[in-house]
Amino acid sequence: MSLLHLAIISPLLLAIFIPMLYKAFRNIHTGWFVLPLPILLFSYLLTYLSATTNQQTVAETLNWIPSLGINFTAKVDGLGLLFALLITGIGSLVVLYSIYYLGKEKEKLGNFYVYLLMFMGAMLGVVLSDNLIVMYGFWELTSFSSFLLIGYWYHREKSRYGAQKSMMITVFGGLAMLGGIILLYNMTGSFSITEIVSQSGDIFNHPLFVPALLCILLGAFTKSAQFPFHIWLPDAMEAPTPVSAYLHSATMVKAGIYLVARLTPVFGESPVWLWLIAGFGIVTLFWGSFSAVKQTDLKAILAFSTVSQLGMIMSMLGIGAAALHYETLDDNIFTVATTAAIFHLINHATFKGSLFMVVGIVDHETGTRDIRKLGGLMNFMPITFTLSIIGAFSMAGLPPFNGFLSKEMFFTAMVRVLELDIFSLDTFGILFPVLAWIASIFTFIYSMILVFKTFTGKYQPEKLDKKPHEAPFGMLISPIILASLVLIIFFFPNLLSQSIIAPAMASILPSLLETGKEFIVHIYFWHGFTIELFMTFGVIVLGVLLYLTKDKWKKVYGLFPEKLALNKAYDGILAGMQSGSYRLTSSYMNGSIRSYLVYIFGFFILILGTSLFAKGAFKMDTSNVASIGIYELLLAIFIVIGTVSILFSKSRLASIIILGAVGYMVSLFYAIFRAPDLALTQLTIETISVALFLVCFYHLPELKKEEAGMSFKLTNAVISVGVGAIVTLIALSAHSNKLFDSISKYYVENTYTEAAGKNMVNVILVDFRGFDTLFEITVLAIASLGIYGMIKLRSTRRKEG
Amino acid sequence: MEILMAFVVGILFMTATYLMLSKSLLRIIVGTGILSHGAHLLLLTMGGLKRGAAPLLGENAEAYTDPLPQALILTAIVISFGVTAFFLVLAYRAYQELGTDNLEKMRGTEGNE
Repeated sequence: MSLLHLAIISPLLLAIFIPMLYKAFRNIHTGWFVLPLPILLFSYLLTYLSATTNQQTVAETLNWIPSLGINFTAKVDGLGLLFALLITGIGSLVVLYSIYYLGKEKEKLGNFYVYLLMFMGAMLGVVLSDNLIVMYGFWELTSFSSFLLIGYWYHREKSRYGAQKSMMITVFGGLAMLGGIILLYNMTGSFSITEIVSQSGDIFNHPLFVPALLCILLGAFTKSAQFPFHIWLPDAMEAPTPVSAYLHSATMVKAGIYLVARLTPVFGESPVWLWLIAGFGIVTLFWGSFSAVKQTDLKAILAFSTVSQLGMIMSMLGIGAAALHYETLDDNIFTVATTAAIFHLINHATFKGSLFMVVGIVDHETGTRDIRKLGGLMNFMPITFTLSIIGAFSMAGLPPFNGFLSKEMFFTAMVRVLELDIFSLDTFGILFPVLAWIASIFTFIYSMILVFKTFTGKYQPEKLDKKPHEAPFGMLISPIILASLVLIIFFFPNLLSQSIIAPAMASILPSLLETGKEFIVHIYFWHGFTIELFMTFGVIVLGVLLYLTKDKWKKVYGLFPEKLALNKAYDGILAGMQSGSYRLTSSYMNGSIRSYLVYIFGFFILILGTSLFAKGAFKMDTSNVASIGIYELLLAIFIVIGTVSILFSKSRLASIIILGAVGYMVSLFYAIFRAPDLALTQLTIETISVALFLVCFYHLPELKKEEAGMSFKLTNAVISVGVGAIVTLIALSAHSNKLFDSISKYYVENTYTEAAGKNMVNVILVDFRGFDTLFEITVLAIASLGIYGMIKLRSTRRKEG
Repeated sequence: MEILMAFVVGILFMTATYLMLSKSLLRIIVGTGILSHGAHLLLLTMGGLKRGAAPLLGENAEAYTDPLPQALILTAIVISFGVTAFFLVLAYRAYQELGTDNLEKMRGTEGNE
């Protein structure tokens, strides 16, 4: 176990001690005990920066299940490190923020920090595992911990609903992903990502390639809230705001993006991959931004904006895969999409994290997040207002904030789609820049709503629960740090480009890189008067116009029928599955023993009948039969008449007596077929049975009144004739297919010499096969004890009476 | 003879099935009785009904009937008797407690609906 492994699981280890610390130090906010760990991890991970900048990867293996090829291989490369730094960095800020956000007295802080640490460890495990199975384990742990965090206020019904919904959708995707992983293993024989990448050329034409791709993408899309699986994210906003900031903007929802980026070297050359990711990404971008405008809850706006920004990153990763189709790096214009994706990933984490924290502050200080109740808070909360302007303008893509840079690069990538001449992108590709542009306009509008509806306009004190005032300084530290990053990244964009973005690109597009070379990433403020710049101008002009006339065109949202909404579909499917399975179960599990017997006999007939004829097993051979004597014939006729007449007897007494008669005739058969012991036993036992029958039923006086004949039922008749026929057919074919002689010759020869007895049957029972007899005696003993118990132990009757 | 016995056994099975599908508890137990007769006869038949002496060495015969199926049937008879006796008492007790032997009225509803 190396230090790196320890770093990954250290949050999980600390989580064990949190409840004790929480109980032991009630006066200190538990968050202070948590805070050092992510900071420590962040600084520890920074030491890997020099290695990854020089294109080195660090891998440490800890054997777990070596026989199955499942080992905990921790691997740090550019991409993994980028995510790990985001997780620990934003994690530290979120913990700091939560210390001021969650009250010491009211909240169950022990639970909160255990869940949060679980999540942090799981997320580090996802991005730093090289083994797919281990990664899957951590992946599901993120789902579970996210479930726990969303349902943190479990006494609220909406929290439970949101938690359940996110669990259902992400675990559905996670299981699909597991399927994809297993398919990949089938193709390559390895769970290691490094090895799978090295074999990626061989599996391209494998028949399982596309199914594996689809399964993996299902996992990535559900986790990253891509259309139409984005519906869980807005409901996850019931979680405490630090959780929303951490999980649902900066880290967990990017796990799907990480997965796509990580497996681009494997699947990237497939047109299915490019089209699905870019297509779903761009649709998500459009739909998320379009839906965000109509929201009235601040967190809901941010949730939909997260959905749309994730779609944007996803589409850029999809287009970025086009770069793999070019041999050389020098004139490869499509690497810009990948660069933009990574760059925007970082930017989004900064501004979205700060925006969530700002919204949390507004909620905390005014008691509501509804924009219809808010307004004019500018004078009360000047710092929060400034922070929200920085975050929102960056989200809208305005200078001088980092969102501007990544949005320009996004437009560049989308415009260049038109230059692609593969996978019919030259014809349908026009959709990408157009949708991207429209979505950006909506992004602009909701960003403006977020700021100006909250902080400007009329102050409405009568609608607020509390008197608003500026937040405590501790709560402001984290958003201030994030907002300053927003500005710093704009003014010094190349600070990160060679140290973080270039190594991450090397992990996503390794095949483009010759040994010893590295990607040259340079981010410019100023491209000259290009089409991208005019697109941004258009976004601003149209965005301002639409924002000002918002009340007039808002009716457009009413056009979309509520019934077709995806949430309705989700709820409908869930309720339908529940009632459907209930109906299914109650239709065949009706509690009547007759029905169950009908199923059992029905399947008996079906399975034996079909296999008898499908295999051609039925055969009738009369060469090996004994002749029929007159006594046997008569006896057989009597047995048949007797048995069948039970069916027609009206009285129970008659049927019991006929049963006895049949039993005596069977013992006569035993006599004729040279089985004296059987005949004896049968006679005795039949007598006792009949006596028992009579005791039990005839002497119950009330029963006699209810007597009636059996009513005829066609299904019963068909099934019983079927059972009888199958038994006859099997008996006939079994008899006609004798394969070898009986082993009884041995018994005949050795009964006297070995066992000193002349009655072969009895010798077999007590000597050759004595164990059968032993347990048969046990059966009788148990039966008699059971009968005794049933008659003697009558606890219910005694209690009642 | 075996072919005739196969049909007899088939009819026993058919009757037993029909009785077991009925509503009355008594008829179901009668059905199991018939079913065990059918199974025992089937065992005997499948062992072969070739003529020969009873499996007693004192007969000094040329050939004996197969003793193994007879031993198996003897075990089966005793076991089925034990089970039938248990069933009968169970039905008797059920009747005493519930006042009916109609299975359709014996559905447990507590905690299921």
